[in-house]
Amino acid sequence: MSKSVLGLYNDPNQAADAMDALKNAGFAQGTFDVLTGTPYPEGAFGEHVPQHRLFRFPAFGAIIGFTLALFLTAATQIAYPLVTGGKPILSLFAMLVILYEMSMLSAVISTVVGIVIESRLPNVNQGVYDNRITEGLIGVVITTDDDKADTAIDALNGAGAMEIKQA
Amino acid sequence: MQQRRTIDQIHTNRVLLNGQLDTPKWWAPTVIVLGIIVAIGFFLIGIMVNKGLGVTGLSRPVYWGLFITTFVFWVGISHAGIMISAILRLSQAEWRRPVTRAAELLTVFSLLTALLFPLMHAGRPWRIIYFILPYDFARGIMPNVRSPLIWDPVAISTYLTGSTLFLYIALLPDLGNLRDRTTGWQNALYTILALGWRGNPRQWKLQTVGGILLSALMLPIFVSVHSIVSWDFAVTPAVEGWHSTIFAPYFVIGAVHSGVSAVVTMMALMRWLWKWEDFIRPEHFDALARLLIVVATGWLAFTFLELLFAVYGLDAPELELRDMQIFQWPWNLLFVTFLFTGYIIPVGMWLQKSVRNNIALMFWSSLFVNIGMWLERFMIIVPGLARKTPFVYTWEAYRPSGLEWFILFWSLAWVTFLMLLFSRFFPLVPLFEQKESQTFGDSIKIGRVRVPAIVREAD
Repeated sequence: MSKSVLGLYNDPNQAADAMDALKNAGFAQGTFDVLTGTPYPEGAFGEHVPQHRLFRFPAFGAIIGFTLALFLTAATQIAYPLVTGGKPILSLFAMLVILYEMSMLSAVISTVVGIVIESRLPNVNQGVYDNRITEGLIGVVITTDDDKADTAIDALNGAGAMEIKQA
Repeated sequence: MQQRRTIDQIHTNRVLLNGQLDTPKWWAPTVIVLGIIVAIGFFLIGIMVNKGLGVTGLSRPVYWGLFITTFVFWVGISHAGIMISAILRLSQAEWRRPVTRAAELLTVFSLLTALLFPLMHAGRPWRIIYFILPYDFARGIMPNVRSPLIWDPVAISTYLTGSTLFLYIALLPDLGNLRDRTTGWQNALYTILALGWRGNPRQWKLQTVGGILLSALMLPIFVSVHSIVSWDFAVTPAVEGWHSTIFAPYFVIGAVHSGVSAVVTMMALMRWLWKWEDFIRPEHFDALARLLIVVATGWLAFTFLELLFAVYGLDAPELELRDMQIFQWPWNLLFVTFLFTGYIIPVGMWLQKSVRNNIALMFWSSLFVNIGMWLERFMIIVPGLARKTPFVYTWEAYRPSGLEWFILFWSLAWVTFLMLLFSRFFPLVPLFEQKESQTFGDSIKIGRVRVPAIVREAD
């Protein structure tokens, strides 16, 4: 069985010490994390800097949107080739507007999907948490085997945790 | 006066969540009054759909009147959101923090409102479905993608969808905060909406990178939307005053002018109504006014360029139209009013530092701008149609009916109503942005003075 342990800190330096203590106690990167109510500079807690592939999402979305728009604009005009205002049936300028908008729409939607997926959301099993994190406390959370939980608690307490929670 | 106070996160939560956790006393009566106005408006719209457009003042040759003017007006207001939020995010302007959410929200609700006006204007709104489906299933006539009237809903739908998603993503950390502060059904609602937000470095990083990426994607959409709205007019060669190559940038900068002014109006109201003096400060109004001076002057340049290009060719119908717009009653009164309220009075005020730091004066000057900008759209759309031209056998002056005026008034009430409803459930100022500002804020001593400073990461 695995267990989640959360240490709460008032001071960012203590939270950074707790992260170091967990590292020194032999816990692998990725098994522990820091929770804050506001963004901190990257690496402020000595945490593992997360990698993401968000930039691929809009590019992929734009290609899909462009293809769909090309199909929509071309196919609808070819399906009923009614000449209006002397314009060609496949009028490029008029099609460009729709191609552009649909490419951008698809890029935005896929970016949002990308943000959600890369943020590892939705996160149904929230694990151990404390509401005071959004009031300024900093949480250091670790998920580990039952038999290593005491080591983790010692590491968190050693850094000056004001409270320890377990789930 | 010290504007930037050190505020802890508990105080920030208590003050900025006062709309959700401790609803102000004025909220319910205001929403009820606005709700009655909104209901009356929908009833009148129902009458109009039932009776037809004969209940409006629209008649040959003026078929585009108050509804289309108000449509363009609300699309213009909607440009506040992305202008403020995206540009300021990309440039990491520190003063954006209390402004972004309100601006994004204004975009969403203005666009929703703008979309209603072409529906009303169409007379038979259910036929809008033909924009999506073939006109005639038997013959398979498809929507004409070569028409600006198809480009327009495509662009606005793109902008509305993008803005709504942008708003939601930026709301995630605050939804997590609300989840932590509520109980019962509210807690259940925010738990679902927050998607399990915890605030770990990965989530914060994606929030920051995603915000910048979405800003970069939304900016070209923002430019395209009002350009495409302007092409509803600009690609019509038959109407003098409409067929202009300058319309796209002219409309975009006009939209920014009216949109940012609307944000000023909204920020003043937020500061007064929710008592957010510590968060929405005179320095924010000062920064917005400086931005507005530049935008308004750019817009004025386009206004005169448009006029110059129109008369430079000495084309007789164009000259007649401009003569009518500027010198003939009652258009001359509208023209002067638009010029004074859209530029001369507000910019004259904003040039004074004392005005830029005076919230009440900023509020009134921003209202002036939007009176002027509404008149600008009216002066673009209606005179070109109203001018007497050969080969048209019926002629009636356009006098908007009481119903049209009420629906204009209704749209203001409707947007305010939606804003207030939103404020009951979601914060109007991004809390995490405020807290970040406190985390990154410091003060440094230079010589004998101590000045506020913001720490920023290198990349």
